Amino acid sequence: MKALWDRLGDLAVQFAVLSLLAFGGVNAVVPEMHRQAVDLRHWMSDADFAALFAIAQAAPGPNFLISTLVGWRAAGLPGAIVATLALCAPSCLLTYWVAKLWDRHREARWRVALGAGLAPVAVGLVFSSAYVLVIAADKSWRLAAVSAASAGVVYFTKLNPLWCLAAAAALGALGVFS
Amino acid sequence: MSGRPSPWALFAAFLGIALSGFGGVLPFARRELVDRRGWLTADDFNETLSLCQSLPGPNVVNLSIVVGGRAAGWRGSIAAVTGLVGAPAAIVIGAGALYSRFGAMPEAQGAIRGLAAAAAGLVAATAARMAEPLLRRRILAAAPFIIAAFAAVGLAKLPLPYVMAVLAPLSVALAWRWPA
Repeated sequence: MKALWDRLGDLAVQFAVLSLLAFGGVNAVVPEMHRQAVDLRHWMSDADFAALFAIAQAAPGPNFLISTLVGWRAAGLPGAIVATLALCAPSCLLTYWVAKLWDRHREARWRVALGAGLAPVAVGLVFSSAYVLVIAADKSWRLAAVSAASAGVVYFTKLNPLWCLAAAAALGALGVFS
Repeated sequence: MSGRPSPWALFAAFLGIALSGFGGVLPFARRELVDRRGWLTADDFNETLSLCQSLPGPNVVNLSIVVGGRAAGWRGSIAAVTGLVGAPAAIVIGAGALYSRFGAMPEAQGAIRGLAAAAAGLVAATAARMAEPLLRRRILAAAPFIIAAFAAVGLAKLPLPYVMAVLAPLSVALAWRWPA
């Protein structure tokens, strides 16, 4: 019982910090989530992390639900609830408060500089996410080809990304990657 | 904002957005809030979204907080975010449970492997799409920080809080000193 509470406390603190660092969305903190859950705390394997990320992407709803699944893996249903709330609440409170300020200072220079300055860092972090996920997922050249193809389709076309996920899952179920 | 939706209407709208948003919610949020319900104009939507993107946290969750809050105060924010997050969280846990129960079957293993590879590709494409306008507008200011953040967090696996503590102030200071 004590172990569970420790783990929940750990999750709450860890994910609350990630919430406030997730500039540009949750993809920016996926590498850190991976480092904590796989490398430091050994809650799951590299492949499990990639699988959970894929499930969170394929399921309906916001993509940050990877945090729900990491919490669930770490500490069951209570872990899922704690992780989800911890990842949302701090940034939600901040957003609620900043939105009021923002509406008052539309053209302020600090607001423009903040947006322009944080953007490239966020982009670098999303590239890091892609890198971490590619390393975890692409264990053969066929899988690497799937990653490259889905990246190409999403980058160059307006096709719904869900088609890429569905096609890749169907190929996998047929045994193409085993 | 035209009309003042009630917390209940906000909850229903964001629940609908969440459940139709496979592989990314943002396009559905736009369609529902701008085209179908007319709660925001197209310009309002873009501006609100850029606010939400420059704050930490999941962008669409932030969007629900701002739209809900403008319409009906903190009650509106809570209603909107609950609609957006509640049902998908339950569904994703169900999917995770199915994975741990049946994940060992060869078909499921193969499907998950394919899914994971495709999902990794999606993130790469998202990163490239995000990078494009920055590189076009201010390549000298943006590229070093994109590369530094990637090298520090992706390649060197340094802890994110330290990396942010160094890179974010530098990049913001640069943007302050030399606006685009």
